[in-house]
Amino acid sequence: MHIVVVGLSHKTAPVEIREKLAIPESRMGEALGRLCSYRGVREGVLLSTCNRVEVYAVVDEIESGYGRIQDFLADAHLSLSSEQLTPHLYWHEGDRALSHLFRVASSLDSMIVGESQILGQIKEAFEVALTHKATGIILNKVMKKAISVAKRVRTETKISEMAVSVSYAAVELAKKIFSDLTEKTVLLVGAGEMAKLAARHFIASGVRHVRVTTRSPQHALELANRFGGTAVPFEEFREDMATADIVLVSTGAAHYLVSEDDVQHSVKQRMNRPMFLIDISVPRNIDPAVRHVDNAFLFDIDDLKMRVEQNRGARLNEAEKAERMVVDEVGVVRQWLQSLEVTPTIVALRARIDEIKRTEIDKTMGRLANLSAAERELVEAMASSIVNKLIHNTMVTLKAEVNSSEGAAFVEAARRFFGLGDAAGPTVNGSTSSEPETCHPSQDGIQDAEEVTPRTGSEMPRH
Amino acid sequence: MATMFFVVTMALYFAATVSFLIYLLWPSEVLANASLGMTATGFAAHTIALGAGMVGVTDISSPGFHDALSFFSWMLILVFLAVEFRHHLHVLGSFIVPLALLSLVSAAALPEAVPTLTPVFGTLWVHVTLSMLGTVGFAVAFVAGVMYLIQDGLLKSKRFNVLYSKLPALDFLDNLNQRSIVTGFPLLTLGIITGALSAEFSRGSYVNWNPEQVWALVTWVFYFVVLTGRLTVGWRAKRAAYLTIIGFAGVILTLIGVVLKSHGPVS
Repeated sequence: MHIVVVGLSHKTAPVEIREKLAIPESRMGEALGRLCSYRGVREGVLLSTCNRVEVYAVVDEIESGYGRIQDFLADAHLSLSSEQLTPHLYWHEGDRALSHLFRVASSLDSMIVGESQILGQIKEAFEVALTHKATGIILNKVMKKAISVAKRVRTETKISEMAVSVSYAAVELAKKIFSDLTEKTVLLVGAGEMAKLAARHFIASGVRHVRVTTRSPQHALELANRFGGTAVPFEEFREDMATADIVLVSTGAAHYLVSEDDVQHSVKQRMNRPMFLIDISVPRNIDPAVRHVDNAFLFDIDDLKMRVEQNRGARLNEAEKAERMVVDEVGVVRQWLQSLEVTPTIVALRARIDEIKRTEIDKTMGRLANLSAAERELVEAMASSIVNKLIHNTMVTLKAEVNSSEGAAFVEAARRFFGLGDAAGPTVNGSTSSEPETCHPSQDGIQDAEEVTPRTGSEMPRH
Repeated sequence: MATMFFVVTMALYFAATVSFLIYLLWPSEVLANASLGMTATGFAAHTIALGAGMVGVTDISSPGFHDALSFFSWMLILVFLAVEFRHHLHVLGSFIVPLALLSLVSAAALPEAVPTLTPVFGTLWVHVTLSMLGTVGFAVAFVAGVMYLIQDGLLKSKRFNVLYSKLPALDFLDNLNQRSIVTGFPLLTLGIITGALSAEFSRGSYVNWNPEQVWALVTWVFYFVVLTGRLTVGWRAKRAAYLTIIGFAGVILTLIGVVLKSHGPVS
């Protein structure tokens, strides 16, 4: 049994290819069923985002497994032949497949390193696979591990803390002025794309009060509805500024809409509570002289861009830390996977049984000091016979199931029944469950799905 | 024993100050935790030193200036550790620990036996404790003010350096500033009242208008105005930061006045 990944990503394939292979959510179940119907494919998870299409699978043989998965990918789209796909694909097995998965989950392989959507997408891919009973003991553990590695990377490095988009940089700056954004009010002036995106980021960061103004009252109303805010007449927005802690300006106006006096006036009305103004318009809409107003903080698009550039460099440093974590975690999973192999398990089982037998014989012989040599041999033979008969069926079953789809589950079960130790199995979410099913119907799989935190509002990345 | 622990405390605060100052410019969690560890250990040693000192003192009614400063430093670190515990604000240590060290060094430079007043009545320690607690509040407000002005300056000049990333949000600092004064001011008020009562008992008059008392009153009026201004007409943010820095300078002058008077050059 081997864990493999075959796929393509923004690094290897242009969007024309990626979009052809992308599997819509509605057809996920059917696709998983088809994947698992290939001979030698035991477990499977499909990850399909706009930046990558990947098949994670447990296969009997590496080479034939690669071939089948490639066929599977090509079959999904009639206009693509398996050969046409080849130059865009990557194939990894074993440690490299694990490391690839962990890197993807931790967003180290993303177009924007450190973005957080991919983790949600991985969770969803896993949940869908669970629902369709496409995963088994191996992928269940490996996927859970991938999720926990990604979480570890996010908490132990600063990789996802630093804004790498202009619109998010605004939120990051705001957090240096307001420690808690929830009770703050955002005033959105104009409907520039970047400003709308920034407004969305603010809402995602907890801002509850949004006020919108545009030259067209109708448009303002629409936007206000979309953001769950209120519309403000364009003529009055300067007076309204005092109620806003954060002012996002992005209009097509060719002149300054907000003057130094306007801001001075607002700050005064606010009794010197700080104001955060972001001017994402080009040409600028807020008079740069506003920077002279105390307790008003003005940033324009260049400032935000500068912030993004600085963060990019810092993110790369954090990514190195994350890479080291991935290497560690791959080692942990590798150990667990090794423990699932049959031969070492049989050896370990034999040793364990012999050890028990030896201990018991020594204990008994100590008390039966006046036995003859022949009688001693008899007792020892009886002990051997008992233990051998006891484990005979286990041994035979293990050997027989080596190549069956449930082999790993039998090995795991034997290890647990005889206390052979888990060889440091990853206990993600505290679960060591060993559902014995693979690409075939299972009742345990559903319970596992609940252990995975449902992803929250992730969407396809826009970049 | 008190002296030994006192020396240990000073050594630890010194080391913590150095490492906290390096931490300001060098992003490293390890360094922050090391600084924090030294501060906490120093604080424990200081607590023992203060406890042991108290046991040794027979006349608790006449705390010396040495004790007052030492207590001030102890309280400052206590406040820092409390804020750190709640908000994980390591960078606050880079400002408060040096201040605590400074106060401890001043304490060490003073002879232990300089009493603030000749006590007649056993309430002098109440006056000293209350005044010192009030002063701790003003010291924290001062530190918050300094941090506020730095962060304000960095934001205004768009210098997003290591310090910028470590300093907390402006409104957090402004809140810390406000809370410190709101806590410190009533304590100082009580400190002044008990001081006047003590003076009445020991000298027969509440006030005799020596420089120390004048400065204390000026400080009190100043903080009263600052606090009222903040609560009524919005003297917050940058202005509050400036005012609390000036105010703390006044407090320091008062304390110097007390020391000089005790030593004799000023009658």
